[in-house]
Amino acid sequence: MSAHAATAHGHATHEHHDLGFLRTYVFSTDHKMIAKQFLFMGLFMFVIGGLLALLVRWQLAWPETPVPGLAGILTETGGVLEPSQYNMAFTMHATIMVFFVIMPILAGAFGNFCIPLMIGARDMAFPTLNMLSFWTTFTAGLVMLAGFFVPGGHAAAGWTSYAPLSSVVQYTGVNWGQNIWCISLFTMGIGSMMGSINYITTVINMRAPGMSLFRMPLVVWSLFITAILLLLALPVLTSGVAMLLFDRWLGTSWFLPSGGGEPLLWQHLFWYFGHPEVYILILPAMGIASEILPVFSRKPIFGYHAMAFSMIAIAFLSWIVYGHHMFVSGMNPALGMAFMVTTMIIAVPSAIKTFNWLGTLWGGRIQFTVPMLNALAFVSMFVIGGLSGIFMASTPVDIYIQDTYFIVAHIHYVVFGGSIFGAFAAIYFWFPKMFGRLTNTALGHLHFWPSFVFFNLTFFPMHIIGVGGQMRRIYNPLQYEFLQHQQHWNVIITIGAIGLGISQIPFIVNFFWSMVAGKPAPLNPWNSTTLEWTAASPPPHLNWGPTLPTVYRGPYEYSVPEESADFSPQTQPPRAVAGARRH
Amino acid sequence: MSGIGAVLDPPRPVTRRTNGRVPPPPPPTGGGDGDDRDREPRPRGLDNARLATMFFIGAEVMFFSGLISAYFVLRMGAAQWPPPLQPRLPILVTGLNTLVLLGSSVAMVRALRARGDHVRLVRGLALTGALGVVFLLVQGYEWARLVSYGFTVTSGAYGVTFYTLIGVHGLHVLGALAWLAIVLLGARRGRFIEPPATGLRACGMYWHFVVALWPILYVTVYLL
Repeated sequence: MSAHAATAHGHATHEHHDLGFLRTYVFSTDHKMIAKQFLFMGLFMFVIGGLLALLVRWQLAWPETPVPGLAGILTETGGVLEPSQYNMAFTMHATIMVFFVIMPILAGAFGNFCIPLMIGARDMAFPTLNMLSFWTTFTAGLVMLAGFFVPGGHAAAGWTSYAPLSSVVQYTGVNWGQNIWCISLFTMGIGSMMGSINYITTVINMRAPGMSLFRMPLVVWSLFITAILLLLALPVLTSGVAMLLFDRWLGTSWFLPSGGGEPLLWQHLFWYFGHPEVYILILPAMGIASEILPVFSRKPIFGYHAMAFSMIAIAFLSWIVYGHHMFVSGMNPALGMAFMVTTMIIAVPSAIKTFNWLGTLWGGRIQFTVPMLNALAFVSMFVIGGLSGIFMASTPVDIYIQDTYFIVAHIHYVVFGGSIFGAFAAIYFWFPKMFGRLTNTALGHLHFWPSFVFFNLTFFPMHIIGVGGQMRRIYNPLQYEFLQHQQHWNVIITIGAIGLGISQIPFIVNFFWSMVAGKPAPLNPWNSTTLEWTAASPPPHLNWGPTLPTVYRGPYEYSVPEESADFSPQTQPPRAVAGARRH
Repeated sequence: MSGIGAVLDPPRPVTRRTNGRVPPPPPPTGGGDGDDRDREPRPRGLDNARLATMFFIGAEVMFFSGLISAYFVLRMGAAQWPPPLQPRLPILVTGLNTLVLLGSSVAMVRALRARGDHVRLVRGLALTGALGVVFLLVQGYEWARLVSYGFTVTSGAYGVTFYTLIGVHGLHVLGALAWLAIVLLGARRGRFIEPPATGLRACGMYWHFVVALWPILYVTVYLL
């Protein structure tokens, strides 16, 4: 029904829309407003997830000392984090960051913002479904936050919630928190399914005239592939979460051996979702980097088709590598061997992408703008995270380093160094189009450089203490004699983490200050070729004027020798001479 | 552009030097390989509603794959299946019920063929819905009997897999019935007579999916 509405609206484009406050800002069906809603939600949750991380870090650096500022909240201990609260903090840090920060920002905000604008559509295929998708995800976020206030505290079985730890109340002492975790993720699964169906349909059916599949910008490719992964991966988690809820509520025995259940089943279901999820988190950032590097190198992307096909290969391979999360779970060793090989193969498309990014930069006229710096940080940090991933892929090495801080370092290099720097790059890059104002460059640098330095100070030493044997999720490293000699690293990491937190203040200031008082943005501040820069800043409801843009060329035509300008927008018709030479 | 042609072309004059280095000449189209003639909107393969329903069904398939594979994991781990002292599942009644559900799909096909004929459309949709309701009622009756024998979700892996798989399918039939009811009300008010009728056809797709799922579950849970 909403599809009809969209086309009906499409005919009456230039009519003035006066929808009132509620329909414009709250229950909006405009993809750009929904994108902003997802962005604000993600950034708000980012603050909460970050503070939880700092709690964890404080406890690891200075165990069982009062956390500054927490004496008022944890009154009975005077601000000291108890073991149960520590478990809650790391569980919720990961849950919030994965499901309510990176997914809403990368897939939610930039999926909504980029897809219709960059393929030349007026809106999503189903605007109402799009709105429902946001409000379902928002509800899931609220439910998740509500878990902090229930008796017994929030879920504390790790973000992976391995059964039976998570399925029996007595093991963690958490009753309602874990239920709320399940309900929230179930709801989020429904919301993201609505979103992904919408993205896929939009990309397939709503492209502007001339926008063939291989003229789509790579970020649209990446979001399209991400949507397919979301669509097919999250239902598996949803089924697992439903089983977990049954076990907890109805006393069934999906995961309890006493009733004929199988604890390993949860791990299979979780990681069958969880590994595609990793690529759901990183693929949009890859697309964003592929979008930003050519613009600020003034060069076409190196190997456009290779980029698109390697993303498809990554998406396909992500289904057959999940067992590498379970090498030590008691899985059949022959199966472990197969998973090791497939995991190593996935390095090939990832390397293709990395070399293509380097090839794009090679010999370019590089402009070190703030989005470019963040995109470069993405590429370099992703390489480190990718390389440490190869260590883990190898079963013999993994048996030694699994569940240590080495894996914590790896995941953070990929997810913070990769996805979050990608998200920062995207925010700085599309901010002028999103809000119609330019961000402050000085504040941008003040955000990027400390973030980059403190990021490495925080996460690089984790490799060292991980190989040194520090396990993840331990409450107090000083309890273990063999870890005491490397405690100074824990202090350095925590100082880095606090610095990383403080470095986000210029970003917050920049974001809100530029939104209200930044310099008005020109139509195309970065001299980019893709379609969204031909729309007004910010684009009006339904994006384009009376006619849809027509696409004549690929998305990365920078520094074409015959052209006078060093970029040729996708809407620029081919010159007569160029047309004549074709025959 | 052939290889020989590229060799014979005189080298392009360098017009722009950047960073002291000559950038490699970019390809004439920065990634695009489509020709410029398709200015008109392409004819679409599937309309939005049916495309979305197709992908929704894809997600549902993954959801049920999760459940069915979980069923097999538990079943392979069990020493004896069905476990001793547990009631046997009603194979015959459910088999007949399977035919009822398959019949509803036939009714749906006939209703979709009857588009343009208002009365037959409404009648076909109503018959589809009625058969769906009959299926659910028989399932509910069988569940009540099984529960009265003391067979519940807490009866070990056998109980929980049975009630989850069959119950989740029942919920999907219920959801499909709700969608069908909305479509039926629309059809009664004269919608879906004109050719596109995307809402009707999308609903038909989903109904067929829910019906097609059932024989798989019947064979897996009841017969194997």
